[in-house]
Amino acid sequence: MRVVIGEDQALLRDGLARILTAYGETVVATAATAPELRTAIADLSPDVAIVDVRLPPSFTDEGLRVAAQARARTPGFPVLVLSQHVEVLYARELLSDGRGGLGYLLKDRVADVARFVEAVRIVAAGGTVLDPDVVADLLSRRGQEETIARLTPREREVLRLMAEGRANAGIASRLGVTEKAVNKHINNIFGKLGLLPDGDDNRRVLAVLNYLEAP
Amino acid sequence: MEWEDRIAAAREAGLRGIELAARSLGGLLLFIAAAISIALLPLGIGLVLAPRALAAVRRYADEQRERGRAWSGVRIDRPYRGPAHGLRQLADPATWRDLLWLVLNVPVGTAMGLVPVALTAWAGLGLVIAPVVLTVGTEHQFWPVAVGIGVLAVAVLIAGAPAFLDLHARFSAALLSPPRYALEARVDRLEVTRADALDSGAAELRRIEKDLHDGAQARIAALGMTIGLAEQLIRTDPAKAEALLAEARDTSGQALADLRRLVRGIHPPVLAERGLVEAVRALAVVLPVPTTVFADPGVRAAAPVEAALYFAIAEALANVTKHSGATRAWVNLRARAQNLLVEVGDDGAGGAGIPPAGGLAGVCKRLGAFDGRLAVTSPPGGPTVLAMEVPCGS
Repeated sequence: MRVVIGEDQALLRDGLARILTAYGETVVATAATAPELRTAIADLSPDVAIVDVRLPPSFTDEGLRVAAQARARTPGFPVLVLSQHVEVLYARELLSDGRGGLGYLLKDRVADVARFVEAVRIVAAGGTVLDPDVVADLLSRRGQEETIARLTPREREVLRLMAEGRANAGIASRLGVTEKAVNKHINNIFGKLGLLPDGDDNRRVLAVLNYLEAP
Repeated sequence: MEWEDRIAAAREAGLRGIELAARSLGGLLLFIAAAISIALLPLGIGLVLAPRALAAVRRYADEQRERGRAWSGVRIDRPYRGPAHGLRQLADPATWRDLLWLVLNVPVGTAMGLVPVALTAWAGLGLVIAPVVLTVGTEHQFWPVAVGIGVLAVAVLIAGAPAFLDLHARFSAALLSPPRYALEARVDRLEVTRADALDSGAAELRRIEKDLHDGAQARIAALGMTIGLAEQLIRTDPAKAEALLAEARDTSGQALADLRRLVRGIHPPVLAERGLVEAVRALAVVLPVPTTVFADPGVRAAAPVEAALYFAIAEALANVTKHSGATRAWVNLRARAQNLLVEVGDDGAGGAGIPPAGGLAGVCKRLGAFDGRLAVTSPPGGPTVLAMEVPCGS
């Protein structure tokens, strides 16, 4: 997997490169500014870009804009956005094109090295990975509603893990149950929320997120 | 100054004088219209006419404030208590001072404006007519006097034509500027708001210090200890060392979460990244009460003003969520002249107020530091609308 990293803080930039290299991935370029990152993505066409939201020159949301531009030019271009804070507003913008190949995580999550590398691979393969904090915000917003209230605690747990972008196997191992049981929960959830079940993991995540996002 | 400059300035002052005289005369019509509309107040029709006439008077006075600055460099601040809106203008002493200025300005402005023109006419009379009369041959023993006065008129015109405009600007400043008692009241208010701002600033710093000390600092110190211990054990007890490192990783995550909470309380990151409107949208999308954000395009203010408004809106929306029982809420951000107007409304039960020790009282104080104001309308049964107005700052 060929990776481009856009991160202005040298410690974090080198740390990310070191982790990915240790896991056998190839970091083809690292960029410390938005223009450098834009050039690297355009010139090297990597398999995935890891992008910090706040980048020079203006230190606002340059990273998000670079990600949006790259995905406008190459629909579905895989981008994993990292930030010191996560916002539902930004998640909504990132997901708005309805395509996969998208991750949005707190920088803290990198500390769980194995899971982080797994997230990068899921995104590169066209999957969707959302930070648990974003999912928690989405759930707490809709949590008081009747439809969500009808879910059992276990089903709510499965819904949360699904929205984070985990596959059935991942949910099963996390909850210590069989994949078959997870499947049953998912069918129940989709039934209660009035969504059509879908075999494709990514479309499934998007369906759940769309549901949580709807006003 | 070069002669050409002086002559150009005199010519310009002459033209401006004519404009001033014409405008001052026109002011008479405006004064009559305002006086009649106020006189018609008891008949009802005045209720419709007076606010419009007074708003026109205010615009007319504002034009003079601007001319005073542009022509003579005389700064004339606006003295009004609030925007030109409805009959409330009648309660503002500045409105009555405007009207007094308006009527006095008819003779004063006309005279001051016409002095340069009159001087020009006089100079023409002395320097052109008198020699003509002389050469025609008619006996006229006063022609040297006429020429003398003409020369004097030219001298005064060239040396001092702009001075008459300056004199008029100072006359206007005397009536159109905030009067002394208003300035004194403003100083009193500034003393109060400054004390509030210093108090809340100091309290905020103490809170941040305590949060850092008890939160992130303590966790990072513990992190160092755990990693140090793991380093000691890594050869003798690798399993224990591994467990300690996992614990260290958790602690680092908690320290970051602490810092994140703290940062949100100091200056929310979205505010730094996207500005006020988007920060409010980011706030609105995670509320359990569906909340719509309306904003004029390009609504921006100085960073400290945006931060104060953000926390004010956050407090208002928190109240909507906690107390109102509303099913919908909305936030409206509008730019009005130099001010930013924000309304937070909901369709809840109403009956809300500003309890003296509550969050909204703190918001009032914080907005006060920026000359901002806050008002709540919340009849029993709702709806509740909280309105804030703050100057944008530079």
